[in-house]
Amino acid sequence: MDDLYRDFILEHYKRPRNFGELDEHDHEAHEVNPLCGDELGVQIAVADGRIADLRFQGHGCAISQAAASMASEQLIGMEVDEVAGLGAGWMLDLLGIDVSATRRKCALLSLKVVRHALTGDGSWPSDAA
Amino acid sequence: MSEVKLASPAALDVRADFPILAREIDGRRLVYLDSSSTSQKPASVLAALDDYYRNHNANIHRGVYPLAQEADALFEGARARIAAFVNWPAASTIFTRNVTEAINLVAYSWARANLHPGDAVLITQMEHHSNIVPWQLAAQATGAELRYLEVGEGGTLSLEQLDRELGRGDVALLALTHVSNVLGTINPVAEIVRRAHNAGALVLIDGAQAVPQLEVDLQAIDADFYGWTGHKALGPTGVGVLHARAELLERMPPFLAGGDMIATVEAQHSTWNELPWKFEAGTSMIAQVIGLGAAIDYLDALGMARVRAHEQALTAYALERLAALEGVRVFGPPGAAQRGGVISFALDGIHPHDVGELLGRRNVCVRASHHCAQPLMRVLGVAATARASFGPYNVAADVDALIDAIGEAQEVFEL
Repeated sequence: MDDLYRDFILEHYKRPRNFGELDEHDHEAHEVNPLCGDELGVQIAVADGRIADLRFQGHGCAISQAAASMASEQLIGMEVDEVAGLGAGWMLDLLGIDVSATRRKCALLSLKVVRHALTGDGSWPSDAA
Repeated sequence: MSEVKLASPAALDVRADFPILAREIDGRRLVYLDSSSTSQKPASVLAALDDYYRNHNANIHRGVYPLAQEADALFEGARARIAAFVNWPAASTIFTRNVTEAINLVAYSWARANLHPGDAVLITQMEHHSNIVPWQLAAQATGAELRYLEVGEGGTLSLEQLDRELGRGDVALLALTHVSNVLGTINPVAEIVRRAHNAGALVLIDGAQAVPQLEVDLQAIDADFYGWTGHKALGPTGVGVLHARAELLERMPPFLAGGDMIATVEAQHSTWNELPWKFEAGTSMIAQVIGLGAAIDYLDALGMARVRAHEQALTAYALERLAALEGVRVFGPPGAAQRGGVISFALDGIHPHDVGELLGRRNVCVRASHHCAQPLMRVLGVAATARASFGPYNVAADVDALIDAIGEAQEVFEL
């Protein structure tokens, strides 16, 4: 078994959850990873202060795509205020693999674009939260 | 297969000249296939750098004491050999930080004084960002138009489209790469220059990928500006070269201003030093130029015809082995004769970043990125590619290691 390309990572990469378009949405954002040219967009519908639905669009490496897919399953139903406060640690714990420094942005791109859509803050998620 | 190739008359095996290739990481030898990004350095280059600092270190162009004269002789001697290597006069051979700065020198000094609204700068879709962005800024600053020659199916330019563009009568400058850093395409630059000159256009050529692997004769190519960089040609980082037509340089205003580039400085104005020093402001990259001189001596001793034959044979072997794999797509011209020692490829179902990571675990060093050529990536319909590129120190066994590592990557992804 590969340490990075675990079976669940490859499973999410090959069959990503919540990818597509969300015609009725309240928030959206689009990000490019300048290192590799990977792109990820998100559309988010909010109801009663919670993420009611969410779809990602884009292309990227196995780490960035699996991270988006795994995050989407957690984010739907979560309070918007809580999502705004999520940091890098949340995403890396969720992924459950050791991510090297060079692949860290791949892992964090999906959380970055979601926070950008919800709060307008397009900065990279920090370790603090 | 590899033994057959190693025994061919074209084969070189100079690995022992490159100390870094003796390194092992996690018990595996280094399979360095990223020479298009930067080359490895032979021991003679490292020795030249060390010898300069250890025995001859002094500033150049100033001191009258013997040590400074030694440094001067080493620096200007390297310039003379570097210029002769590509058959161009030393007096119009200028040192810059890299090829990016060489192109910027022309884009600022020549373009801003000579481009006007109604003029066009013609570049190609296969340019590195360093030969795109300076022209975007120059076009914005002068009101000139920036137009592109397209890259066709086989990864080549169309001379018919070139003639159509030149026929519009407004092209002041054609700027293009000699060898593509992504596709490997060797452009017929002498023929392209001839056509551009007939249409009254000047030509700048980015030779960053060409000088390290081809016999380059600048008199035969006849370009007005030709830039390249030392660190891809077995030399140190921090030194690039711009060869230019002396009469153009004489008329151009300086690029960077300061010490060394002046003749006299009055309170309100100055006059300029002779060529090439007019374009070399401040203390030069002395050690790096001396190191590049040693790199050129090394390449010259190998013989560039032999280097080219060796890398072409390796490229042909790699193309043949890649073609035999399932799920591999190779970009660029089909034959090794039409391309330099660089192969961009995509694996079905595996993103280039993951290819780079998985190959890296076998110490197979390839580039996985857009290669600073985002317009070309759009033409190819990909965000990025994986790229293997060769230097004179690569051998057929390196290609075998690449092929094995690709197979293992496909296994990890269960393809």
